[in-house]
Amino acid sequence: MALVLNEEQMMVRDNARAFLAAKGPVSHLRKLRDARDPGGFSRELWKAFAEMGFCGILVPEALGGSGLGYVEAGVIMEEIGRNLTPSPFLSTALVGATTFLRDGNSARNSELLPKLAAGDVVVALAVDERKKHAPSATALKAERSGNGFALTGDKCFVVDGHVADLFIVAARSAGAPGETDGVTLFLVDSKAKGIEIERTIMVDAHNAARIRFARVEVDADAVIGEVDHGWPLLEAALNVGRAAVAAELAGLGEEAFGRTLAYLKERKQFGQPIGSFQALQHRAAHVFTELEITQAAVLKALQMLDTDFQRAPMVVSVAKARAGASATLAVGEAVQMHGGIGMTDEFDIGFFMKRARVGQELFGDAGFHADRLARLQNY
Amino acid sequence: MSDLEKFRNETRAWLKANCPPDMRLPLEVDEDRCWGGRNATFKSAGQRLWLERMLARGWTVPEWPKDYGGGGLSREEGKILRAEMRKLGCRSPLDSFGIWMLGPALFKYGTAAQKSEYLPQIARGEIRWCQGYSEPNAGSDLASLATRAEDRGDHFLVNGQKTWTSYADKADWIFCLVRTDPAAPKHLGISFILFDMKTPGVSTKPILLISGKSPFCETFFDDVRVPKGHVVGEINKGWEVAKYLLTHEREMISAIGLTAGRPLGQIAAESLGTEAGILADGCLRADIARFEIDAFAFQLALERTGDLLQAKQANPAISSMLKYYGAELNKRRHELVMSAGGSDALEWESERSGNGEWARGWLRTKGNSIEGGTNEVQLNVIAKRILELPGA
Repeated sequence: MALVLNEEQMMVRDNARAFLAAKGPVSHLRKLRDARDPGGFSRELWKAFAEMGFCGILVPEALGGSGLGYVEAGVIMEEIGRNLTPSPFLSTALVGATTFLRDGNSARNSELLPKLAAGDVVVALAVDERKKHAPSATALKAERSGNGFALTGDKCFVVDGHVADLFIVAARSAGAPGETDGVTLFLVDSKAKGIEIERTIMVDAHNAARIRFARVEVDADAVIGEVDHGWPLLEAALNVGRAAVAAELAGLGEEAFGRTLAYLKERKQFGQPIGSFQALQHRAAHVFTELEITQAAVLKALQMLDTDFQRAPMVVSVAKARAGASATLAVGEAVQMHGGIGMTDEFDIGFFMKRARVGQELFGDAGFHADRLARLQNY
Repeated sequence: MSDLEKFRNETRAWLKANCPPDMRLPLEVDEDRCWGGRNATFKSAGQRLWLERMLARGWTVPEWPKDYGGGGLSREEGKILRAEMRKLGCRSPLDSFGIWMLGPALFKYGTAAQKSEYLPQIARGEIRWCQGYSEPNAGSDLASLATRAEDRGDHFLVNGQKTWTSYADKADWIFCLVRTDPAAPKHLGISFILFDMKTPGVSTKPILLISGKSPFCETFFDDVRVPKGHVVGEINKGWEVAKYLLTHEREMISAIGLTAGRPLGQIAAESLGTEAGILADGCLRADIARFEIDAFAFQLALERTGDLLQAKQANPAISSMLKYYGAELNKRRHELVMSAGGSDALEWESERSGNGEWARGWLRTKGNSIEGGTNEVQLNVIAKRILELPGA
């Protein structure tokens, strides 16, 4: 398969580009932040996402979705990255939908997925428990209780956890933290008894939550996948999240760089555009190079998720590590090359820097993925 | 099964059956490559057999038309062949400046006679070519070259000196930039000509490098007679051909890192050992993993750039990006190889270091960001032709 978008994928990109630039530009995020909006995102915009077919991008048409693939979902993420549009698209339409679709519980899916595609339900994945991403270290306890389980423990960095209707919770039903066996996934109503949610407004004005589970009782049919053997499904959901964040960071980096490039051509000092100085030209050419190399890895990761899901993890790690590093470079150079104005809140470039930092951390930073790659290659 | 899947299966089976075992080992040193030519030497019977078998299928140049000795494969089929060769670890049967650089230029600028004379020889590896570009006073500023070719009616008389001519002492023919109009502005008086290195008046002198090897030469031309039919493209418009060829050279240099040998993690694990399957040196392990991430992504970028160029969605100057990044990557790789080798790798004359091969390879890579246009020249090209920055 050629490493380029096909015509249909380009159409999805063009539609998403026009839609998000009109409805969810950076000023939209700024407004939500300044108003201290309780949800941190616009329900109205989320409805519009549903009408565009974004919420159900992965959901089969028979269940009310668009029936498209990860490349199409990824190009939407890239446009979200360009505009820094806050929405539960990542948590619900990608990570959530992937978990349900790969589990393939038809009773649950025929009820839940049409709602998900209609934008009527928000799903959040609760996996991290510590400051750094380490899913195999899952410790939140799932104990047999009645004909179901009782969940006890704490989760953090649950993206969109403060507005979710449902949580997908990774829990330890057997074995010890550090082992991949013994992890079970549960689908839990966010209003269930014993759940305490603390909204955490993040540096990028997006939202997450810390969630405390105090003996939260769930039925046996809350289990997603198999008891004690939830790891492959969790990894599948995480890999989709990683590739999606990589796509978002790729778009974010390109936009930050595009704005910087425009500034280099327009800003004059010493009587000439600062972009005529070789010291800046070479750095700009270097940023361009890093971003282009990343684009190839991101597209390959998305294609692999569509065509050879089981063999995707390695290239997903490459894409996530690359995207984090090149976006970090692009926003750092963006602020530096904008000079003083880049440090002001009034100017938008700082928003890109903040989001890049969060994206770098989410689902594993460059160090996490370098370690993962090394293990996959036996060293 | 689609036609391409069928092609993939057949190709894999053929490669497995026909690629000799020693041609499936990673290249250790540059001398392991097969360069062809009138005085071709083979390091093993397997190497010779591999060349013969691939030649029979036109797979030394799989995507060239069959009429010119190629395999007549489509771009998609060519990608599959390369991917399958990579998976099985098959070496390239023939490495050649003719294939990488001159061939593409002849396809675009050569006359019908030139194409049918030279292309099949290139495909079969019968003539080993070298490139006469740089001069002592024309490096990054290549267009200021001074080697003269005077019009003497039916031939040109060439006088001057080239330098950094790769393997000039081993090459059979040279493709060369010469000044045919000294009065014209510097880019407009240059022609692109071909001649036999055995022509009277041609001499070469190897340059000893920091690696202790001499892959480059100084090349001298003293009243060398070159027939006029040996000019490629129009007289005085050789700069156009030269630039076109440079883009292919950049792609070639950028691809070097990919064929350079075994995975670094494996080299380091063998050299330094592991604890519970993990390299004991945590800092080196992290550096290697970060390198492998970038190398993997770069390989994909090479593939994507080819696809984008094919779909006319990329700026041709993008080859400068690949050259720049590929050169840095290869230098990084060899720094890590030296680090993995530790003090063993520093031994210049012992078996433990393959008689200094680790260090020689490392030193050789320092030229990657100089030859074929320095990093700084590539960054200038990106800034000017892709980013369209002012006054670059």
